[in-house]
Amino acid sequence: MTTHIEKDPHSGTETTGHVWDGLRELNTPLPKWWLYTWLACIVWAFGLMLLYPSLPYFTGYWHGLLGYSTRTEVMQDVAKIAGQRALVMDKVAAASFEQIRATPALLAEAQTAGRTSFANNCQPCHGAGGGGRPGYPALAAGAWLWGGRLEDIQQTLQHGIRSGAEGARDSQMPRFGVDGVLKPEEIVQVASFVMTLYGTPRREASAETVAAGAALFADNCAACHGEKGQGNREFGAPALASRTHLYGDSFEIVQGQITNPHMGVMPAWGGKLDPATIKSLAIYVHDLGGGE
Amino acid sequence: MSDAVLHGATLPARLPRVDYNEAVVRKFMIAAMFWAVVAFCVGCYLAAEMSWPAFNLGYEFTNFGRLRPVHTSAAIFAFGGSMLFGTAMYVVQRTCRARLFGGSALADFIFWGYQFFIVMAALSYVMGFSKSREYAEPEWHLDLWLTLIWVLFAVVFIGTLIKRAEPHIYVANWFYLAFILTVAVLHLGNNLTVPVSFWGAKSYALFSGTQDAMIQWWYGHNAVGFFLTAGFLGMMYYFIPKAANRPVYSYRLSIFHFWSLIFLYIWAGPHHLEYTALPDWTQTLGMAFSIMLWMPSWGGMINGLMTLSGAWDKLRTDPGLRFSVTAVGFYGMSTFEGPVMSIRPVNALSHYTDWGIGHVHSGSLGWVAFISFGALYYLIPVLWGRERMYSVKLISWHYWIATLGIVFYITSMWVAGIMEGLMWRAYDSQGFLQYSFIESIAAVHPFLVIRLVGGLCFLTGALLMAFNMIMTIIGPRPALNAMPQAAFVAGE
Repeated sequence: MTTHIEKDPHSGTETTGHVWDGLRELNTPLPKWWLYTWLACIVWAFGLMLLYPSLPYFTGYWHGLLGYSTRTEVMQDVAKIAGQRALVMDKVAAASFEQIRATPALLAEAQTAGRTSFANNCQPCHGAGGGGRPGYPALAAGAWLWGGRLEDIQQTLQHGIRSGAEGARDSQMPRFGVDGVLKPEEIVQVASFVMTLYGTPRREASAETVAAGAALFADNCAACHGEKGQGNREFGAPALASRTHLYGDSFEIVQGQITNPHMGVMPAWGGKLDPATIKSLAIYVHDLGGGE
Repeated sequence: MSDAVLHGATLPARLPRVDYNEAVVRKFMIAAMFWAVVAFCVGCYLAAEMSWPAFNLGYEFTNFGRLRPVHTSAAIFAFGGSMLFGTAMYVVQRTCRARLFGGSALADFIFWGYQFFIVMAALSYVMGFSKSREYAEPEWHLDLWLTLIWVLFAVVFIGTLIKRAEPHIYVANWFYLAFILTVAVLHLGNNLTVPVSFWGAKSYALFSGTQDAMIQWWYGHNAVGFFLTAGFLGMMYYFIPKAANRPVYSYRLSIFHFWSLIFLYIWAGPHHLEYTALPDWTQTLGMAFSIMLWMPSWGGMINGLMTLSGAWDKLRTDPGLRFSVTAVGFYGMSTFEGPVMSIRPVNALSHYTDWGIGHVHSGSLGWVAFISFGALYYLIPVLWGRERMYSVKLISWHYWIATLGIVFYITSMWVAGIMEGLMWRAYDSQGFLQYSFIESIAAVHPFLVIRLVGGLCFLTGALLMAFNMIMTIIGPRPALNAMPQAAFVAGE
């Protein structure tokens, strides 16, 4: 088909003279505003390349007239925030817990710092407000495994629990079932007795079973968990007589815990957070409701 | 020159009749409709998982991480890909006045081969196989299969161009060709991996670290540029002037924006990696090229919208055309939003937030899906020899429900994204982060639910469309003399 230029009656513009499946094209010039906006964008882009690090060459790259780098920018930001933080945190670091307690303004600052640090570091395991989850102690409940005084909490935070770090709180519960220390039926008896300690006796358990469990408990468990199941903070042995349970209060969970115990691990925060932040966190956690 | 000639689809008399291969196009259109519904269903389910994690159900097969690539691949490659393959094969035949090169068997092999790829890819994601490269998750054996299909598709398309009976190549075909060639290069470059063993599915990327990230986003960004933009611009350049029955607004603009788009898009990938280990100079170049890309992108929008001048009244009567035109509007919006988000300080706020998700969906729902719906509503009656769709009213319903869905989707994601960006960077007066991450999740929860509502609207619209399409296809055929001219015009 030969070129056959027509005039569009609507716009008065000529076509290019080609037809494809009935489709034609007008030969309208480029819209001026489009062209100039594009040129402006190009000028802007080249300006950007002139000012900022841009064009590469074999041995390096153009660093730009502003000397900008994202690394410098982030270092400045971090330094600025650190400076802001130091205004308060240096005072927290220098003061003892008693001094902080005695200075309401300082206490408020430490609690605020503790709240944000807790939300960003501790909340994923211990829950908002320290509500806890199975396996992760409820910090607000006062059922402390390793101690609930400010110094205790500070030490736990600093070194962690079974974290492998120096000074970490450490202990191990024997695997009574897996290692064959107790027979399966003996574990049933112990578990049945343990359930009486926190006041929800197992319905299926006979008095004989519970009595046998009590004897086994005295021989195997009382050394750490206490004769009445009151717990022992020296070993982080939970108070079994308590209504707060780390893993749960069902028979199956207690049985499983005796057979092949879970033992929680908490990281040592000393390497990640500065001492003043850990101090603030201790105050915040202490004041969640369970502090001693 | 009379008014009738330019407005009508009249062709010079006695052109030789061409027996077009429309069977393969029909197959692709049915596949596209099917995959659209699948993609939107999975998308809605994922939106529910994001709002209520219990929807993960605790099975690895229904986990967000495995279903997410099912959604993106179904939307981009299954729905979008079937639309592109099908319309490219339709448009290239019509505008070249030549039957598809290579015969029907080859065309059918491409169809079934591509569908096989899609099904295998989806199954492999659910079973836990993934290359972990965004938008290129299939493992190496599927990549090789796709390479074969893609090369055959290129052969068929280019072969048809070569044997064309028209002296010039229509603008839609430039865009389709750019899409086919560039995606081939991207696919090969991005998927250079080393299989662990010949019989195993696992492979590891050839590159590592920052270079690997750059390759990934060179691919990812240009999957948007050449799959979702250039390919669908090809679609726009045929179906909008066809449905509007008007000449394309500006041939010169089409040349300018085609070449500038093709040249500039390929460099803009680094804007996905701002404030990362990517060198600063690369980041700046990515940003600079993104800004220069704005007007070339808008060239397509201007050509699409201005083609309607003299035919705006058709929007009242042709809801299918309304889809195409709204698509061009969303295209303009998201190709403006993109360069803005690429500017470093804006990116500092928007990156990693739901704003990005909103941006992608204003492009994919607003532009890609809408331009496809417009093409489908045009093509279905033509391909099956029906006078019109089963119900024009249902098209209108589809249009308004889907548009409402998009508005819900992108506005909720804007609000959620900006809120996240601001919350994550907020420091209190002491220099501590003001909010924890979980607080930002809690804050955006209502907007995630609104997003789900938007998605459900969009899905409802697609179901209406599927129903309308099925009723049109199984409905009665009009008598021969009442056939729409479009079905036969090229041969008359």
